[in-house]
Amino acid sequence: MRNPYRSQKIAFFFLFLATLLIVVPVGLIVIVIIQKGLPAISWQFLSDIPRQGMRSGGIFPAIIGTLYLVSGAIIFALPIGLLAAIYLSEYSKDNLLTRIIKLAIVNLAGVPSVVYGLFGLALFVVFLKFGVSILSGSLTLGIMILPVIITTSREALESVPQSFREVSLSLGASKWQTIRHIVLPNAIPGILTGTILGLGRAAGETAPILFTVAAFYLPQLPKSIFDQAMALPYHLYVISTQVPNVDEKIRYGTALVLLTLVLFMNLVAIVIRYKFRKKKKW
Amino acid sequence: MVNPVRNNKLAENAKMKDKNTISNGVKFAIKNLDIWFGTIHALKQVSMEIEANEILGAIGPSSSGKTTFLRMLNRLNDLSPNFRMNGEVKLENDNIKNIDAQFLRKRVGMVFALPLSLPLSIFDNVAYGVKMHGVKNKKLLQNKVEESLKEAYLWDEVKDRLNESAFKLSGGQQQRLCIARTLAVSPEVILFDEPCSGLDPISTAKVEDAMVKLKQKYTIVLVTNNVKQAARVSDRTAFFLNGELIELDKTELIFTGPKDKRTDGYIRGKFG
Amino acid sequence: MQKIKEFIIEKFIFICGIASIFFVVLIFLFLLKEGLAVFKFVKPLEFLLGKNWYPISEPAQLGILPLVLGSLLVTLGAAVISIPIGVGCAIYIAEIAPLKIKETLKAGIELLAAIPSVVLGFIGMVTLVPLVKNIFHLPTGLTALSGSIMLAFMAMPTIVSIAEDALYSVPKNYKEGAFALGATHWQTIWRVMLPAASSGILAAVMLGIGRVIGETMAVMMITGNAAIMPNSILSPVRTLTATIAAEMGEAVVGSEHYFALFAIGIVLFVISFIINVTADLFLHKDQK
Repeated sequence: MRNPYRSQKIAFFFLFLATLLIVVPVGLIVIVIIQKGLPAISWQFLSDIPRQGMRSGGIFPAIIGTLYLVSGAIIFALPIGLLAAIYLSEYSKDNLLTRIIKLAIVNLAGVPSVVYGLFGLALFVVFLKFGVSILSGSLTLGIMILPVIITTSREALESVPQSFREVSLSLGASKWQTIRHIVLPNAIPGILTGTILGLGRAAGETAPILFTVAAFYLPQLPKSIFDQAMALPYHLYVISTQVPNVDEKIRYGTALVLLTLVLFMNLVAIVIRYKFRKKKKW
Repeated sequence: MVNPVRNNKLAENAKMKDKNTISNGVKFAIKNLDIWFGTIHALKQVSMEIEANEILGAIGPSSSGKTTFLRMLNRLNDLSPNFRMNGEVKLENDNIKNIDAQFLRKRVGMVFALPLSLPLSIFDNVAYGVKMHGVKNKKLLQNKVEESLKEAYLWDEVKDRLNESAFKLSGGQQQRLCIARTLAVSPEVILFDEPCSGLDPISTAKVEDAMVKLKQKYTIVLVTNNVKQAARVSDRTAFFLNGELIELDKTELIFTGPKDKRTDGYIRGKFG
Repeated sequence: MQKIKEFIIEKFIFICGIASIFFVVLIFLFLLKEGLAVFKFVKPLEFLLGKNWYPISEPAQLGILPLVLGSLLVTLGAAVISIPIGVGCAIYIAEIAPLKIKETLKAGIELLAAIPSVVLGFIGMVTLVPLVKNIFHLPTGLTALSGSIMLAFMAMPTIVSIAEDALYSVPKNYKEGAFALGATHWQTIWRVMLPAASSGILAAVMLGIGRVIGETMAVMMITGNAAIMPNSILSPVRTLTATIAAEMGEAVVGSEHYFALFAIGIVLFVISFIINVTADLFLHKDQK
């Protein structure tokens, strides 16, 4: 005779174990990177150009390059993504076109990042002749984060109660006025969350920028959007695999800076979402 | 089983109503109206007239079609994706289909079931509609807000805190704020969709007082689940059941001697 | 005047609304434009089933079978590791964890999802790879197994969050009904909740696997990058994604090699398309 309570105990133990198997390594990864990376961090490391074939010096151009890329991506993706979200949440009807749009978004989110790299190379670098440049890289990253922005913004817009829209319309406001003055202001925290998550994603991606923007070693700052640039994730890849005899400290230091940047953005997004939920008035 | 006290009060009310009612002719004329939501036939062959400066009460059990009827008058049903409508509805001389929805809703205002303040300050709530219609002048807006809040009997309670969030007001105050907000756009008709469903008796009385006074300037359509409320404030009462308009008559007639026994049954609480 | 302004705004919103379709089509078209040219040099079947990938020898040999098998092997390994752990963790979070721990765990999972793949690749290189080498006494720890383990970690956040959603959206009365019949919590989970959430969990697994197949950087850094037919999970392999990432830098625009890499891109695009569409169907099955 099997005792159901004993099998429950066993099952729950394994489920707990599974959870530990995910959470503990995550914790370890973060701790190891902080522990080994922190000694490398200094003002000089953050503000100097790489020297001696990236074996010493700092990572300043890579940080700046990543900031350029991320800003470019968001400038491109936020307006399109937000308007697309407005379309889906406020205008679209339950029809075939909407189903296709939703499917396209799901697919856009699922396309492997390296395929985005190929696409960016073919369209922006070669076909539109932007060359290997910040512009090409930003646009590629921008399209890649579009689904994140659309999905989160749409959720934010749809969480604004329908009754607010009805009130606004019943007062004779037009549909766009309603969206502009009632729906959007109340969805801003959610939209912000999505935008920041998109930023974090763009900052951490390597494959899409491999052939569209990334410079192996470029110890100077880009001067225009048609220049190549270094970028943090690619720099980490390069010093981990392509350059022999790099001090481990520098590798961990670079990983720490990248991780901090990305996790910081995620943290900000989580805090905004949390505060917003608490403050929600309806 | 007629309650003599209630009867007395009804008679009194009726007298007052007759005094107050100045018939300005027909505001809404509805002919052979049918409404569907998808396959659900929500309103069936409804024909009626709504007179100017009257309070028309609409009663009936839930999903009887009374709210659909109300939301048809300012075309708010249009927002539902599978809404369909047949028949003719005229506001004065224009078919409402041919009136721009935005303009129609300016003429036909609405107060919703729960006090739905917008997440704005008290002032901005009242000024919202006016602003949307293009008024930017501050002085003008201030005057309009004050005037509307006074008309809704809220001014004295909020005049010192106009910049506070509307959510800080009590339920009854918020509902009067919603009335003020509707008045601010100078409508001709005001639709009340169960305006007191979430309110305590004192707040309810205040809202009802406001309604009775408002009918001198406005035409009022009141949908309510509270039969007694209809008896207290409406001049004529319409009884809806399963999407049909069963009976429409002077309120005292509906409540003392309805022609249809279903009306009688509902009023006596047989299917509330 | 206002009407005209709004008309223009609404048209503009509509255009942005369909932008996603436009981009998906654009991506596919450009992959086709650059990728189909490879079939001037090699027959489609030879391309898919050829056992030799020597893109720069003379004449070039462009068979992607070793790469396909490399991807399959790594993905299979990652699936075996990540599905039980991921689904188990989802059950724990959705059903068992106390509310406070639940929020912390979810934050932890989100954290994992946020770690850039190049960072995971780096960590895998410096910790996991030596470990695998020593445990199995291999000449190198850069193996399919190392890749599988690391990729399992990338699939888990996807699996956990979607499976947890699916479990969460099982109607409460199912659960209450089972409890009312005297079932234990575990019996309820096993017999009622899991079957009810099955299509959502299936979608979670598919999307997790989709993420693994498309993953590039980590896999390139820790699987050894040998474009040979893999013979065991302990041998170095090279995946489809890593091949593109590693070789595109050297391929001359317009060369056979360049076209071939784009053709691999088509293969990846089609795989991810199929996975996403199917997963989407499963996800929406419940909602109807």
